[in-house]
Formats: sequence, structure tokens, C-alpha cells
Amino acid sequence: MNLKLKKGFDINLAGKAKPELAGEIISETYSFKPTDFNAITRPKVLVNEGDNVKAGTPIFRDKKNERVLFCAPVSGEVVAVNRGAKRFPDEFKILADKEIQYVEFPKHSESEISRLSREEVLEAMLTSGVWPNLVERPFGLVPNPDNEPRDIFISAFDTHPLAPDYEFVFKGQEKYLQAGVNALQKLTKGRIHVCIPSGSSSIFKSLTGVQIHEVGGVHPAGNVGVQIHHIAPISRGEHVWTSTPYGLQQIGRLFVDGRYDSSKIIALAGSEVIDPKYYQIKNGISIAKLVENKLKDSHYRIISGNVLTGVKVGTEDSIGFNHNLISVIPEGDQHEFLGWILPTTKKLSFHRAFGLLSFLAPQKERVLNTNMNGEERAIVQTGVFEQVLPMDIYPIHLLKAILANDFEEMEALGIYEVLEEDFALCEFVDVSKMEIQRILREGMDALQES
Amino acid sequence: MKFVRNTLDKIRPAFEKGGRFEKLHPAYDAFETFAFVPKHTTPKVGAQIRDAIDLKRMMMTVIIAMVPALLFGIWNVGHQHFLATGNLEASFLDKIITGAWVVLPVVIISYAVGLGIEFYFAVQRGHSVNEGYLVTGMLIPLVMPPTIPWWQVAVATAFAVVVAKEVFGGTGMNILNVAMTARAFLYFAYPGDMAGATNVWVYTGDEKIVDGYAGATALGIAADQNTTDALASFGSFFSFENLFIGGVPGSIGETSALMCLIGAGILIFTGVGSWKIILSGFVGAYLMAGLFYVIPGGNAFMAIPPHYHLVMGGLAFGIVFMATDPVSAAQTEVGKWYYGFLIGALTVLIRVFNPAYPEGIMLAVLLMNVFAPLIDYYVVEANKNRRLKRLNLKTA
Repeated sequence: MNLKLKKGFDINLAGKAKPELAGEIISETYSFKPTDFNAITRPKVLVNEGDNVKAGTPIFRDKKNERVLFCAPVSGEVVAVNRGAKRFPDEFKILADKEIQYVEFPKHSESEISRLSREEVLEAMLTSGVWPNLVERPFGLVPNPDNEPRDIFISAFDTHPLAPDYEFVFKGQEKYLQAGVNALQKLTKGRIHVCIPSGSSSIFKSLTGVQIHEVGGVHPAGNVGVQIHHIAPISRGEHVWTSTPYGLQQIGRLFVDGRYDSSKIIALAGSEVIDPKYYQIKNGISIAKLVENKLKDSHYRIISGNVLTGVKVGTEDSIGFNHNLISVIPEGDQHEFLGWILPTTKKLSFHRAFGLLSFLAPQKERVLNTNMNGEERAIVQTGVFEQVLPMDIYPIHLLKAILANDFEEMEALGIYEVLEEDFALCEFVDVSKMEIQRILREGMDALQES
Repeated sequence: MKFVRNTLDKIRPAFEKGGRFEKLHPAYDAFETFAFVPKHTTPKVGAQIRDAIDLKRMMMTVIIAMVPALLFGIWNVGHQHFLATGNLEASFLDKIITGAWVVLPVVIISYAVGLGIEFYFAVQRGHSVNEGYLVTGMLIPLVMPPTIPWWQVAVATAFAVVVAKEVFGGTGMNILNVAMTARAFLYFAYPGDMAGATNVWVYTGDEKIVDGYAGATALGIAADQNTTDALASFGSFFSFENLFIGGVPGSIGETSALMCLIGAGILIFTGVGSWKIILSGFVGAYLMAGLFYVIPGGNAFMAIPPHYHLVMGGLAFGIVFMATDPVSAAQTEVGKWYYGFLIGALTVLIRVFNPAYPEGIMLAVLLMNVFAPLIDYYVVEANKNRRLKRLNLKTA
């Protein structure tokens, strides 16, 4: 299918990563954070402080979704299990070995993978640590292996600001990507849909056993939720799983190399990074090590993930499980005299209200800071959400249904079709400065509990 | 600005929790955020950068769009004054000064009363002062006739802000357009002062009206039972050109369709006002008037060519500035087409067939404000049905 999306908005930030792999960064400790996943309610810790683990050793599981084992990304000694509210295990800290030891899993050739049964593929993926690379919709959960997905969707490009270029990151990885596809084929009777940017000579075009779709347009054209909505929307009672090329690569490595190798190439980007480039890391690397000597001497904010959906982190934190980008932008905690009315060409706006002149130079790279640029206000329906959400969904009505805790209305208005990332641009352009992604998550949590 | 910042920081403790003026914090907050964009940063999770827009800037854009209508209104009040008193040699400056003398007090009263009530409610409820009134405070004077007594402006403003807005929870929650409510309140409470057909809406001061100056509005003439041929009665004074430019008696800001169009241009270019509502509003009025025009017989009002309807009275002003109020308008993009169209069509319908009141925009906007949620209901319901149909197709 060829899609051309008209709605949306590209945020062109300064400090994009140069297509250059600057080597591997290794930190002393690595973290695994159960809080990186949605709706984990009955955590069960499988290791004790002081235990030695290998890369691929189960360290944690959710009693609600028992078959899924979350595994250590590196080998070493579990030095801390930090607990938060209600003794929830927020973080596992592993002091990494110099030489990473891997749990051995069976190796397969490409054709062997195709001959495996669904149960064999499930078993391998569930016990090795690669499973959480899949996301189940609705609600964005770690998939329940008992729910057979209608289809599996993979977006092979990321349109978020500063996002890594998958064509660069996955060049030469075709073998693993294809192996990942072959494994995923066993999990669904439906199709594996892969979306690539329209008109490109993508490396993902060479994948076999998938349905390729070309999607054109500005952000959020790369969001898998938007793609699903246009290709085969999710209805009540259906499950669709999604993954990313990062997930395909790790799943592929499990079957080809027989180990859970959490290595990935991420981008360190943003206006406050001295020389934005790509780096090879392992899952859960410490932020301190990652940004060491690479940032300008300024007042900045480090974000794990992109600037629209990411999480603010400190140097004591680690990179999020599903994040493949560290963004560093200026912190905006300064007052600005008459900043609400003075004309500005620097600040970016989707709007063209008086004095907002950024529309004159839409292609210009911008340095944006974290200031709210205003205060929270009552909802004023300006019609602008619809212009950045290329879906047949009424965002304001859905949000109001959530605020009113009206489950039937949420369902009817399409809550099953969206995740936070799809509403992130709405949050960006919002005149009333609401936390729209948080509201949406609260709605999804409430709906699951009901 | 360093001085302002320091002063604000110095007096801040008195307005914070435990301070002497703790209760007045919303008022302090309003002034502080007026001077400075606060240093709030985005929360830990979610969008880490935000658009440069805020409600203040959006509201200011609407006010800027109203400035041409306001300035023209000031001139026109003076212009009409000298026409009525027979001083045809009055200079441009004389007209401006006379007009400003009449208009500015009304603006000041509207803002003083309205903002006073807004601050009171903000302090009482402990929430921040919303910017919505910045626009309403300018709309109210522009829909008042220049002869309006000041106390009526104050009473109408107070009524509208309290009954149309604050009882619903303030900005963003109101069902009716606040400025139109003020106008409607005056119309029904003090019809003697507000009926343009029987009253002269021209500021005369203490001077006498010269002979031969009627002072009626075009709508007044058209609605008059004795009028047989409206266009002939309009004469050259109410020519299409003069009605379009707006050098005729009427409410302060609404006489000039030209200025409203400039305002519409600003609203549409900036995206603050919905072009769908504005366009469909004018189309609705034109088609409705055209329909009446081609039907033979009927009253004199029906025989007015449709394009006259677009420039007479407050239609242009109402469609551009009142109908586009995002809070009280239809909220779905499809709904906006219906909403605007019906406002235009209803305005003409009321004009032509309501003998009691020759202008229909006020009632049309208020009526459609009430119906906007219903329009949205059907549009959203259609969206839900598409989803449901998909589900049924699968299960069937």
C-alpha cells in the first residue's frame, strides 16, 4: 500500500547525528528497569543482590504475564535491586564483566528458523530476553504470548526529531533482520507489515516474507500506530504486535548466533552535544558514561529517547529499554520578559499567531529549550490537534472521555488505536499546555483495570 | 526589566503559601506572567519541548485582528456625530477625538468590570486568571451602540461574565459567547435603548440633530413597515459601497464590513479563527438572502439584493469575531461548516421575518452556540459508527 499523509509537523532540531559510528561505549554498570514497560503490576524478582548473571539470565518477571522472562543485558554481578513505592523493583543494577558471558541458546540457519514450530519460537523468545522488543496494541504492553496477534507491524523509519537514521544503523544487518522476520512469521497467522518512507531505496525492501508499504509525509508518518490505523486499524478484541528494526535485529541474533545480544547502535544528538554521532552500546548503559566529555559546558537537559516522547534523565540514570537516542537540549528554566507577546523567529511554533514567525523558515534547524512557553489553562478547542494527528480520531473528545472516566466512550472514540507517541505532537502544539500523553496513559490504565 | 524582575521576586513571598496576601496569589500570578513568561519547564515524562504558542498570545492575536474595526469605529462615531449635527467641515482629527471620547470610556468600563470579576473568581477559586476576557473585553464595546449609557455597559458586562461564563467554570467551559450574551442582555433588559429601528444610534452630545438627518440604520429602514422599496429608501447614503466601508450609523465596531474582512484575514492567516466558519457563514447568509430575493412578493426586506445583506448591520462582525470563538463554536472540523452556514442563514431569516428586531446575528450566534454541541454530537457519532461498522464487518 502507498500512503501519503498530509497532516503532521516536522520538528527540525539542530544537532543531528552525523552518519558516523564513533565506536563502542562501555560502562561499569548496566541497568534493567521494569518501569520502562507499561502496566507491570505483579513484579517478581528472580535474582538476589550478589548473584552472578550472564547476558540472557532471567532476572525478573511479571506474575500477570508469567511466561515472559526479562533477562540481564550483560553478564556480571547484580549489585543492587532498587525498590521504589510499594517495594516495586524500579531498577536492577549489574556490575558488568570485562568479557561478556552469554547464556547459550540453540543456533539456527535461515531455513531452519522457518521450520521451527510456533511453540519453539515462542519458547526461545520468551526465555532469552528478546521478547520485550515486541509491543502489544492496544495499550502498548509487553505482549501476552497467549494472545495470537492479528498482524505484526514494523516501522522501518523514525520521523521523530533527531531520530537515528535506520538506513545507516542497519546497513549490513540484513541477515539478522531477515532472521527476525522469519521468527516473527511463526507468531501470527496474519502478515508482517513493514513500512518504509515513500520513494526511498530502503535496505528493508530486500526483506522477504513481509508486506512492504510506502508511507510519505511529515512526522508522525513514521509512527507505527499511524501506519496501522491506515493499513488495518485495530478494533475491539484484536491484538496487534509491533516491533522496530532494533527488535528484529535482536530477535535475529538470538536465532542466528544463539545468544541475547543487547548491543545496538544509538544516536547521541542535540544542540548541546559537541559532536553528535552514533555509538554502539548495550542495553541499560549508564548515561554518565554515555555522555562523558561529549557535551557542551552549558545548562542542558539529557533525554533518554526523543524530545517528544522521551524521559528526562540524570547522569546517574541509564538509557531506556526501547530508546535508541539520547537527546541533549538546553534547559529552559529562565524567565523571559514579555516573552508571550514579543515577535520571535527563534522559537518554533506550529501556529502562526501574532509574532510567531517560525513559519517563515520551516526548514531551518532550531535550538529549542524545555520551557513550557506558557502556563496550563483550561482546554480551548483550537482545532489544531486534528492538524497534527493523521488519524480518523477526535483527540479532544477522546481526552475528555478519559478525563470523565467514561470507558464506553473511550472505546467508541478509538482508544485502542493510539499510544502516547501518537498524541505527542498534540501535546507539543497544545495552547493549554496539558500533559496529553500522561492523560492518555491514565485512560489506558483505567480501561485495562475495568 | 531587571527592576521589574527584582521587584516581583521581592514581593513574591507575601503572595505565597503562608504569606500575608496568600489569597491574592492568582492576582500576583496574573501580573507576573504578564511581565514574564514563567520559568516552568516540561515535566519529566512526555513532550520535552513545547510550542511557542500560549493562550495569551492567541488571545492577543484576536485583539489585534479587532484593532482595525476599533479604530474605524472611533472615527465613525465622530463622523456620524458631525453628520448628525450638520458640521460637514469637521476635520479627521475632530472626528477621532470625538469618537475616542465616546468609545474609550466604554472600552475601559468593559475591561475594568470584566477583569475585576475575573480576578475575584480566580482568587475565590484559587486558580490562575484566564486570558479569555482579554478578547471578550474588547468585543463588548464594539457591539454596543455609541449612545449606550455607561452604567448599562457595566451591568451587561457583569451579567455576561458571571452568568454566561463563571457559573460554567470560566474560560473554556462557557456554552454561550460571552460578548453576545452581554448584548442580548441589554437588548432584552433595556429594549428602549437598544432597538436601532426606533432609536437614533448616533452620539450627539448636547448638540441638536439637524433637519433631514434620519439617523436610522439600514436594517431599521428595511424592517420598517412603511418601507415599500428598501433600496430606494436607502438612497445614496446606504449605498453598497458606503455600507461596505462602514460610514453609517450602527454599533461602534460593526458598521464596516471592510474592517471585519481585514480582521478575518488576520484570523485566517494566523489560523486563530476558523476559515471554515467564516466562509460558510457568509455563504449561508448569501444563499438565504438570495433565496428570498428570487421568491416574488413578500416584504420589502426580502427584495434586498443578497450582497447587501453581507454588509448591513453586524453580520460581518458577528461571523468573523463572534462565531469563530473556539469555545462556544462547533469543535469538529465538519461541524464547523454546518455551524457557520446556519449562523449566516439564520441571521438573514431572523432579519427578514422577525418584525420585532431587524438584526439577527445576535440571536443566530447564541442559538447556534446552543446547538453546536448537538452538531458535534452527530459528527462524532458518525466517527464512532465507522469504527463500529468495521468491528461488525469482522465479526459477521
